[in-house]
Amino acid sequence: MSLVFAGVCSHAPGITGRAQRADPKVRDAFYAKLAELRARLEAAMPDALIVIAAEHFANFFMNNMPAYCMGMADQYEGPIEDEQWLAIKRTRVPGNADLARRIVKRMMHDIDLAYAEEWKFDHGIMVPLNFLTPRYDLAVIPVNINCQGPPLTPLHRAYEFGRILRRACDAQPERIAVVGTGGISHWPATPDSGVINETWDRAFLDKFVHNRSDELVAYSDEETFRDAGQGGFEIRTFIAVAGATEGSTGEVLFYAPIPAFAVGCTVAVMTVGAASRRDSAR
Amino acid sequence: MSLYYVQKLLYQLNRDPHVRERFASSRDSLLSEYELTAEERNAIADGDIGLLYVMGVNGQILMHYSALIGQNWDEYIAAMRGGVKIHGPVRGGLYTMLEDRKP
Repeated sequence: MSLVFAGVCSHAPGITGRAQRADPKVRDAFYAKLAELRARLEAAMPDALIVIAAEHFANFFMNNMPAYCMGMADQYEGPIEDEQWLAIKRTRVPGNADLARRIVKRMMHDIDLAYAEEWKFDHGIMVPLNFLTPRYDLAVIPVNINCQGPPLTPLHRAYEFGRILRRACDAQPERIAVVGTGGISHWPATPDSGVINETWDRAFLDKFVHNRSDELVAYSDEETFRDAGQGGFEIRTFIAVAGATEGSTGEVLFYAPIPAFAVGCTVAVMTVGAASRRDSAR
Repeated sequence: MSLYYVQKLLYQLNRDPHVRERFASSRDSLLSEYELTAEERNAIADGDIGLLYVMGVNGQILMHYSALIGQNWDEYIAAMRGGVKIHGPVRGGLYTMLEDRKP
């Protein structure tokens, strides 16, 4: 049918793996909003969920690093990390190779992307799934945007990727949901782990939920690194969701810095409006 | 410096159980397959997380190696801080992308 749902959420491994370290009040409020995101996702009755993620060297390395890759398998497995470390049990996750292939094929008319018929999920996808599809009963189509090994895809390309993805989804008979998952500002897995630039995050989220594309794509990587850490490069996943919902706005359901989770924890939804006129004319 | 191969080895160690088995049973032979300096080889073999961080290994790779050798989160963070104290600022990789922060 088309894209029926769009949202974003954080994915830091501490969210599950170091749950007991966070202020329980803030943590539980965050978990409650993730539950609301799940309820909204389920209410949209999707046949498949595309997760636009920024994986962290689970499948992709600098020997052959795609800027964009989509999973094209009927099943995946994860997490790749130690189960105790992440506090998520290793499991199989259903995919939908046929639908993914149709989306990839359609997208290739407008943008280059890689595909992968094999994919091990790391915390970047497993943490969101742990809250959004905890029974692992919804077909997942993973997307990776390289946010780890520069040179990284420019932000305006991430927006464009989202637009093209949307067009491809709207051409399919299935009901498709998309969730982006990334940063925002954070310095994960470094001595600065736990530092969060709340001012920067809130400014970014304001641009995001109002879908001010010109402002969203105006950050340079140097600025982002300086103000939002290397984890800030993951704004590409949010920007792709903004591209997929071009012309629409959204709502931040939750934002709070949770230093124990090493990220400003975020849950937001975007309205899925009609596809933009620019696309439907083509 | 061959940061690329240090990271490649740790990446494969993190994701491939067979590489982990070889790391446990025949470490020297495994390490000899990568183009590593003596300092790099020793840092990996000794589990010197602090030095590996200073060499520029990405934390998203390093934190899993830290967990593999049995460090908890606090020990991991402390090891990186200790590394900077002993060896100075990070020498290469992603964390040196800003000119004014280069060592």
